[in-house]
Amino acid sequence: MDAALETQIGRWRGYVERRRVISTADADEMEDHLRDQISDLSAAGLAADEAFLVAVKRMGSVDDISREFAREHSDRLWKQLVLTSVAADGSGPRPRRELLVVLALAVGGAVALKAGLATLDEGVVARNLGLLVLPFLAAYFAWKRRMSPRGAVALLVPFALAAAVTNGYPFVPSGSTEVIVAIHTPIVLWFVVGLAYVGGEWRSDRRRMDFIRFTGEWVVYLTLLALGGGVLVGLTIGAFDALGTDAEWVVEEWVLPFGAAGAVVVAAWLVEAKQNVVENIAPVLTRVFTPVTIVMLLVLLAALATTGSVVDVDRNLLILMDLILVVVLGLLLYAVSAREPHLPPDLFDRLQLVLVVLALVVDVLMLTAMLTRIAEFGFTPNKVAALGMNLVLLVGLTWSARLLFGFVRGRRGFGSVERWQTRYLPVFGIWAALVVCVLPPLFDFA
Amino acid sequence: MYIEKDLVAASATPLVLGILAEGDSYGYAILKRVKDLSGGRIQWTDGMLYPLLHRLERSGYVSASWGSSDTGRRRKHYAITDAGRSALAERRSQWDVVADALDQVWRCAEMPAAPGWS
Repeated sequence: MDAALETQIGRWRGYVERRRVISTADADEMEDHLRDQISDLSAAGLAADEAFLVAVKRMGSVDDISREFAREHSDRLWKQLVLTSVAADGSGPRPRRELLVVLALAVGGAVALKAGLATLDEGVVARNLGLLVLPFLAAYFAWKRRMSPRGAVALLVPFALAAAVTNGYPFVPSGSTEVIVAIHTPIVLWFVVGLAYVGGEWRSDRRRMDFIRFTGEWVVYLTLLALGGGVLVGLTIGAFDALGTDAEWVVEEWVLPFGAAGAVVVAAWLVEAKQNVVENIAPVLTRVFTPVTIVMLLVLLAALATTGSVVDVDRNLLILMDLILVVVLGLLLYAVSAREPHLPPDLFDRLQLVLVVLALVVDVLMLTAMLTRIAEFGFTPNKVAALGMNLVLLVGLTWSARLLFGFVRGRRGFGSVERWQTRYLPVFGIWAALVVCVLPPLFDFA
Repeated sequence: MYIEKDLVAASATPLVLGILAEGDSYGYAILKRVKDLSGGRIQWTDGMLYPLLHRLERSGYVSASWGSSDTGRRRKHYAITDAGRSALAERRSQWDVVADALDQVWRCAEMPAAPGWS
């Protein structure tokens, strides 16, 4: 082939590759197609440059193709969400305005939290922690996704309902239902934030997966912010201590509440703005922590086996194991969201299957222990909440294991694993909402 | 001959799966086969085939592997999976129903003759 044609093909390829939803492999595939077409056309008697023009024309508009690719590969689109939002509005005042909005909301959340801490009782603040901060996060996404006024107002309804329940119920101070509600309300509200995050498109599997991804990244950023903040605060307190001044009360009274509430909003903004950075961390983190968690679960199971009967295990152990299961579930969701769905099953997917099966074993053990305790001592609010969560997890994990097994054996695509996670996701929110609304009256708010 | 976009889109999946059921293939060859089968009357925008193939791959209907062409270029080959075969069978029964109903409509209704017959 002549050099002029090569340059033309190279230029076309460069044009195609500038679309970020079209990966290098896709460009390879399409270039192969283009070259086949050109050589067929040349064989039919067209000159090289004519053949190139016809072949490019038949390939179709790169805009249209990349839109199709974007629809198919939302995970790649995820990388460029921010860029397009900036590009679409022109690189002008918008980024700065977004920063102002974020700062205003972060300060708003911080002030709300500080005001709550200053005026309310400890138990009341604990129940309302999510209600004080998360509306500001939801507001950020409602603004960012340009939700319609009706949609934005609809978002207020769950917040208002949650406020009515957490403050309207006559809780016995420091009773177990109060603690349970304090734990479950933020979970429910996180799903409300999710509604804002997906811009109202809560039926879309893709948007749900984006939200799972967002949650994982948000946790990573929040942890980083907390670590950095912790180091700075520690150094400052140390320095003031050395100067002979007690700065601890300032930190406890002002820096911590402002920092924590602000970090919730700022972390979300960072995830939105810096997706490319974490993009590279997510697969690494899941790959590191999946094997480590497997080892941890194996050790725990061995320890449980040596203690003999599951029935008389410590109550604290049950709570800890439940927390571990939640972490495993988070890890699983995060790993699923970070995986390139097209790759064939590899060792890591088998490890993930092992992890899920181990988590299932732990879950079944916990369920047996819990059921025997319930049979012996009767129902308590804690037991009902834990039992329900374990059942919800059991269903989710069993089906995940089944689908992952099918995927590892090559009988189904990874898409089915993804779809199951996104479809099942609301069940967790619904269960948490049930716990918050129904459990306290059931047990007389004890 | 112009065929409506929706119809092209609806028939694309069974066509591609059916062609892959004949044997493994790759993008350009699949398009050529579509042209042959339709006597050149079904024209796709070539580039659109690839997002479609990737969708089928994600759904587990086809599997893909990188090989090389006769000239040594990297080339992605596609093969139908068992899930793809059953999806194809399902599509086929759906299309049979549609074709059967249409066939009766063509025969019963008073239709202007198809161009080329008058």
